[in-house]
Amino acid sequence: MQQKYVSQIHRCFRCGYCKFPTDYSSFNCPPYRRFRFETYSTGGRLWLIYAWLKGEIQWSEHLAEILYTCTTCKNCAEQCPMKFAPDIIDWIVGARSDMVEKGRIPPRVARFFEAVQGYGNPFKLLRTDRAAWANGTKLFTAGDEFLLYVGCLGSYDEHGQKMAKSLIEVLRALNVSFGIMGNDEECCGNEVYMLGEIGLFQSMAEKNVQKFKELGVKKVVTLCPHGYNTLKNNYPGLDEGFKVYHYTELLAELVQRKKVKLSQQKIRVTYQDPCFLGRYNNVYDEPRLALKSIPGLELVEMERNRKDAFCCGGGSGNFVMDLLAGGEDTPARVRIKEAYATGADILAVACPGCMTMLTDAAKTENLETKLAIKDISQILKESLL
Amino acid sequence: MTTTNTIYEALVKIAGKDCVSTSKEERYFYARDGGLMPAHEPDFVVLPKTTEEVQEVVRLANKEKIPIVPAGAGLALTGLVIPQKGGILLDMKRMDKILEVNEKARYVIVEGGTTQGALKSYLQKHHPHLRHSIPDAPPSATVVANAVIHGQGRLAHQHGFNSDMVSGLEVVLPTGEICRIGSCSVSSYWFSKGAPLPDLSGLFLGWFGTTGIITKLGLKLYPCKKMRDVMVFLADNAELVPEILLKLSHTEMVEDVVISAQPLPLRFRGTFWIMVYLTGDSDEELEFKQKMVWNALWDYFQSRDVGVLSTSPEAKAPLLSMPSKDTTRFADVAKGGGFQYAGPITPIEKFPTFIRKLEEVANKYNVFYGSTTRLIGSGHCMMFSFSFSFNRANPDEMARAKKALDECSKFALEEGAVLWKADMDEQRMLMEKMDPNTLALMKKIKQLLDPNGIMNPGNWEMR
Repeated sequence: MQQKYVSQIHRCFRCGYCKFPTDYSSFNCPPYRRFRFETYSTGGRLWLIYAWLKGEIQWSEHLAEILYTCTTCKNCAEQCPMKFAPDIIDWIVGARSDMVEKGRIPPRVARFFEAVQGYGNPFKLLRTDRAAWANGTKLFTAGDEFLLYVGCLGSYDEHGQKMAKSLIEVLRALNVSFGIMGNDEECCGNEVYMLGEIGLFQSMAEKNVQKFKELGVKKVVTLCPHGYNTLKNNYPGLDEGFKVYHYTELLAELVQRKKVKLSQQKIRVTYQDPCFLGRYNNVYDEPRLALKSIPGLELVEMERNRKDAFCCGGGSGNFVMDLLAGGEDTPARVRIKEAYATGADILAVACPGCMTMLTDAAKTENLETKLAIKDISQILKESLL
Repeated sequence: MTTTNTIYEALVKIAGKDCVSTSKEERYFYARDGGLMPAHEPDFVVLPKTTEEVQEVVRLANKEKIPIVPAGAGLALTGLVIPQKGGILLDMKRMDKILEVNEKARYVIVEGGTTQGALKSYLQKHHPHLRHSIPDAPPSATVVANAVIHGQGRLAHQHGFNSDMVSGLEVVLPTGEICRIGSCSVSSYWFSKGAPLPDLSGLFLGWFGTTGIITKLGLKLYPCKKMRDVMVFLADNAELVPEILLKLSHTEMVEDVVISAQPLPLRFRGTFWIMVYLTGDSDEELEFKQKMVWNALWDYFQSRDVGVLSTSPEAKAPLLSMPSKDTTRFADVAKGGGFQYAGPITPIEKFPTFIRKLEEVANKYNVFYGSTTRLIGSGHCMMFSFSFSFNRANPDEMARAKKALDECSKFALEEGAVLWKADMDEQRMLMEKMDPNTLALMKKIKQLLDPNGIMNPGNWEMR
């Protein structure tokens, strides 16, 4: 990856298409929207990386910060008109990887790595507390159809735990055969990968793969799109036939097979497409299908949706590091106002990262009593008959 | 003595800490564009949000005699917003409000950093029966920048240069006064940049920010028909192209005419793609216009000098897109992220001469080339681009591309063309050739408006 980025990165023309959604209505690059210096756009970032490679600029904390404010939301790759568009994220990750190898990264990123390496999660919370929320949820055993991979946010974050609990209730109600890994679960490594610590990622992925094999896991369902992405696309050595689902895919399949009876709900809901579900894995319809299965639910779209959805700002570990924090132009604050503008009662999310970022933003914008933020399993749970 | 630190603090007081940078990274990026002009760093990069902030920054710069360069997206590619003498670079793109659309007088008022993309999107959503002239530059190009450089876009055949479409200005003068230009100077309506008053917009349009900073701009809007189509004709005899253009223009049915020439893929070499854009509110209207165009070129079909390219809706889609992503993709032909063109404005009779020169120069310097020609006005002139794509990682290729550009510009000037969005070298060539009394008049105007020479120095610098 690194060699490729070094030999290709100069091809960016800094035309700026990367900053927009398809209809050019607004700026869709989270750090550019937040900071507005061209250096924080993808074009700016790529030109600075090239300058750094050529020795025209030296490493600085500011340069590293510019590189690490990218949430790897993939809007740039979606919008760039050039043939190299699919490689842009690899270039960003490649440059980060170089900085990691040289030990020149922002302190918050270094702390993120230390926490994941030492504690198996980015919050520096005890491994032995990973399943403390689970309250007796069955551990995965041979014969279970699915391993529910909860992830770090689902395990340690208050909002993520609520999501995990709702999902478990729904899965139980639908008689899905599943179990969790409990305290044996490790961080999925998606953020570690995106932040450029490829060595650490590989060791984490290998550990997880080994555990999956020992347990005889054939199907994984993830709570978090970040885990879904990395298990599906980046994990080496998984057996052929190993399948990864995001929970919204599973729920969509079950509601389509009429496995569930739901009560009438007169609610207006808008939906935040998570980057790692949508742009990374093209999963746009399933979450909407799951929502629309609820009788009476009206789904209203935000102006920027599906492949044009505006990132909450939490990607690449920013749900912990929050390098884009401060001011009314933070992505989550911009996005929560867009959600509110739809007139929806509920903002539905399918990612614990989005849940955390947008819940905080709703508080800051004084919208917490006007717009409820719930994940899709929670909305379904409340409709179960 | 005023120190850099004092200036920085003063700028922070005006625009806020988050909107002022002296960091190497910002200075590096804003020191260059995607073209071939040498880089030069600003000392400060400032992101103003309001006219008043611009005014305060200008007053500070004028008092301290610091250069100041207003910038859009830097997509002219000819170094027009490279701060040749350092100073303050004002990235105007935070001033991005669309302030008013007057449907009945068909104009819009935008702030100085509003992008072409944002305006297009806004009109489509809120005023779908109105449109503006969209250039082929990427959507991040600003409306003001296109007017300031006398750009051209869709509708150029019917309505001329983007600067012809301006309907009013708000300008911060180099000495700090805020000045309104056109009907908006005496009325709340922004329908005319000049007539029936003396047209003072000429003091700012075409001057590349050397006479003031445009903070608001009124722009004429035009009917947006429900349907749009493109007819593609192929010709291989450059000598016939001027006559073909006149015949197409004579129909008075055409939105836009663009001619594309490129050597690669090989099947395109030696063939000119003549793209004729049409609009209509009904099938009947569109078919009538298509028939008129067809009739205008009938003799060429008979003589087999012009052929018709049958195009599927899928093949037409990129041709119809506004802006055209294909134009930007030219920057990656050499797989190297570089692209610059000389775009002389010239009578259309020069097409055969210019196309021959383009091929000759490209062969001489061994550089990737292409050309796009746009008809401006009813055949009054055209923009002919001598376009060269280069690899930014290959200094030798960049040097050859620059030589090729310089030779084409010199040639075009000798042939009677006027260079468009001229880089500093081309500006020198233009001023050398210009009538001395005209040059003296320009100098007087510049000195009157900008006595301390702070505005985008290096550009239109008259000795």
